[in-house]
Amino acid sequence: MRRLGHGGRIAVIWLLSTTVGMVLVAIFLAPILPPGNGSKQASGQQFDNEVLLLVSVAITAMIVVYFGYTLIVFRERDTKATVDGPSIRGNAGIQTTWVVGTTIVVLFLAAFGTYELLGGAGGGQGANPVFVPSASAAVLQPNHKPLQVQVIGQQWQFTFRYPSEGGFESASFVLPVNQEVELHVTSLDVIHSFWVPALGLKADANPGVDNVAYITPKKVGPVQIHCAELCGLFHGYMFDTGHVVSQSAFKAWAASQRQFVSPITKDLPKYDTHYLPDPPFRAG
Amino acid sequence: MSSDTAVVRTPGAGAPLWRRLVGFNLLTGILLGIGGFYLGWFGAHWLVNGLDIESLDYFGDTGQNDLALFFGYILGVIGFLVGLGFANYPFARLRGYPPSLREKEEARGVGRYLRLNTDHKVVGMQYFVGIGFFFLVAGLNAMLIRFELLRPEPNVWPAGNYLTLVTEHGTMMMGMMTSGILGPFANYLVPIMIGARRMAFPRIEALTFWLLMAAGVILISGIEYGGIPTGWTGYEPLNDQANMGMDAYIMFFALVGLSMCLLGLNMLATVITMRAPGMTWTRLPMFVWGVLSTAVLMLLAAPVLIVVLMMAGFDRTIQTSFFIPAMGGSSYLFENLFWVFGHPEVYILALPGFGIVLELLPVFARKPLWGYRLAVAGFLGVSLLSWTVWQHHIFVSGINSDLRPFYMLSTELISIPTGFTFLCAMGTIWRGRIRFTVPMLFCLAWVFNFLFGGLSGIFLSDVPSDVTTHGSFFSMAHFHYTIMGGLIFTFFAAIYYWLPKMTGYMLNDRLGKAHFWLMFVSFNSTFGPLFALGFLGMPRRVVTYPSNLQWLNDWVSASAFVLGISMLIFLVNLVYSQLFARVPAGDNPWASKSLEFQLPSPVPVHNFDRIPVIVGDPYGYGEEGSVVARPPTVPIPAGGGA
Repeated sequence: MRRLGHGGRIAVIWLLSTTVGMVLVAIFLAPILPPGNGSKQASGQQFDNEVLLLVSVAITAMIVVYFGYTLIVFRERDTKATVDGPSIRGNAGIQTTWVVGTTIVVLFLAAFGTYELLGGAGGGQGANPVFVPSASAAVLQPNHKPLQVQVIGQQWQFTFRYPSEGGFESASFVLPVNQEVELHVTSLDVIHSFWVPALGLKADANPGVDNVAYITPKKVGPVQIHCAELCGLFHGYMFDTGHVVSQSAFKAWAASQRQFVSPITKDLPKYDTHYLPDPPFRAG
Repeated sequence: MSSDTAVVRTPGAGAPLWRRLVGFNLLTGILLGIGGFYLGWFGAHWLVNGLDIESLDYFGDTGQNDLALFFGYILGVIGFLVGLGFANYPFARLRGYPPSLREKEEARGVGRYLRLNTDHKVVGMQYFVGIGFFFLVAGLNAMLIRFELLRPEPNVWPAGNYLTLVTEHGTMMMGMMTSGILGPFANYLVPIMIGARRMAFPRIEALTFWLLMAAGVILISGIEYGGIPTGWTGYEPLNDQANMGMDAYIMFFALVGLSMCLLGLNMLATVITMRAPGMTWTRLPMFVWGVLSTAVLMLLAAPVLIVVLMMAGFDRTIQTSFFIPAMGGSSYLFENLFWVFGHPEVYILALPGFGIVLELLPVFARKPLWGYRLAVAGFLGVSLLSWTVWQHHIFVSGINSDLRPFYMLSTELISIPTGFTFLCAMGTIWRGRIRFTVPMLFCLAWVFNFLFGGLSGIFLSDVPSDVTTHGSFFSMAHFHYTIMGGLIFTFFAAIYYWLPKMTGYMLNDRLGKAHFWLMFVSFNSTFGPLFALGFLGMPRRVVTYPSNLQWLNDWVSASAFVLGISMLIFLVNLVYSQLFARVPAGDNPWASKSLEFQLPSPVPVHNFDRIPVIVGDPYGYGEEGSVVARPPTVPIPAGGGA
């Protein structure tokens, strides 16, 4: 067998370290990547994170192995004298390969991301969402209707309105499991961002704007809610716990809430996609 | 110089101290600045309270007179500049005096650093000290932030003070360090590297520096007026709701924008028009290419910032409603305009670093730069593409959801030209004779840090992943890896490499290596875990966090304090080696072929006695008899080309 040159050795070390790195990442790191399997969209995001992490492992290994090897092998042993290396000013083949190679990787990543985005990916899409998860499902089942939940951000709390359950407003965020939910996120004052990490849901709450996001919870249990956009003094305290419950438990909760807050509900402003607040007043 | 060109006399060295303090200098600037501030402040109060202007009445009884504060800042800055002597030359010319170079040629000693000076080398040193000061202040803010995050519940600072700290840290770093490399190093080195005696607009060059200093003081004064609660992004409508401190943010960033815009203009004009004979585009050093691609972005992006801040200022003072939804405005307008500036801005921070890495690697690998044209294409490609990506900052905001794939693609496309820089770095060290000097170590750290910064950027550009990571500590870790890992590491590489040329004295090697290793390890130990914190669901800019994240936050804080200590080692090195040890650097301590190292250290006032003729690029390592310049055939007397 012919002795490998520097390039060949680097390639072998890179392939080995990439393989080992990818296997380790796939076994140990990928399963615990966020946001987990709390919803259909969260699973999609987790898959994206896994793929990107594996690509990153390969690229990191290439750069680290290359630099590690060259810095050790080509280091100057005699630092007293200044001796120049060979004059190499480029290599058309390598430069072309690199340009083509990086372009292919980038185009693949963009195409992959776009494909994964088609279901909406749990992000806020504004008043006219383009990437609707169950567009095909809705065609097959004409009476298919996602549950609508309105999220109203204000300094420094989120409140939730359930228009299809009688339009009551609640301070609790409760969702039924295995049900497609259409969230309408809006704000009464400054920009907030409604973030439920476990559900892979994030949508900015802008005043005067209806920001729609889709989510289909898959697991029953409590979920953390954060505000992810700096919204003033108590931004850090703008967190809460929501609950994903079974469909029957949700119906029961909605019924009790509807009755419990009914005296208030009739005084609420009519349900709307957004509520224009008064102009803000400066704290004196 | 005949005496009729002397516009204002400065007393000579023999004059008593009090006499030397009188005149156009920093002291006068500060006094007139304070005077101007109070003139504006009380003048506007009189305007609002004394005159009965209906639109402004609401200021009268609130104690939040934004108009007065803006007037104070504007007149204060004008007073400061007049006190420094910026008005003298224009007025002298208006009155009919001939042009002169006296701000450059008559200044001597330490005093020349404390007044208007049009020598690009003096301005470079002024920038180095001035920016360095604000870098330390902003770094100290980061230490205080990490103090607060030692515990999940607020323990050191109340929520409002914490947000002000976050804003001061972020805004000062983003605003001041924008000129972190272009200010000290491009101002000092670009004219020398291209074989010129000065910048194209020397007075504008000095103006950019003093504007920045005034801006820095204004930003800090925001603490006095109720703090700034918005972070460096200053999103509306929170911006409109905030206390008077917000005006400090607006004024600071607008002045920084003005300074950036003028700096970019000056750099562009200098590189395009002032190159020595023979300095063709393909012989330009990579550092100059980095500066050039940055300057284009500065010139074009900064006006957007100035405009959007003016709109915010009008909303806060004369009751326009650009950003107030209830009155027909839009919060998206601010987000869009801000990021149209904001994304080029982050490449303004990154590109000079690329230039420094590719400038230094050939010197310490003792090989020519590999793939010169590809590297230049990479810089220009980044510069161009950076205009097309801004909406990736607002992927979940709810606008243009159908354009997400486009912004995802354009963002990921930037990694292609960025990759060129990596390839050229890899090609340059191949089969070289690599010497691990301190500047080289900082450049190699750039490779490592920017790799992680870039790869984490792919997560943020991918829309489904961005839904997870947006607005969390993940994105915070990402931009610290690119900006601190990219800009600040190359900033230090530049200091260790070029400061001996600028001052004539070497920096201590052993302390430099200690600084490097401590900084490199603690940097990664600080910002690496932040990726995990973001993945675990910690939002940015919060004063409280879930208690299960405490041990990770404590780890980060401890590492951040070590990172702070590494900066102290650098300061000790700087003071010790420049003031006490004073080891002479000689003309060419790194055996570099670049033009600036063919001049004496420190560089004489007029740089070149004769403008050189450039005969090659500065990367001819390993090439027999390769030189960058030869003496001119036609002598040009000193001062003649200036």
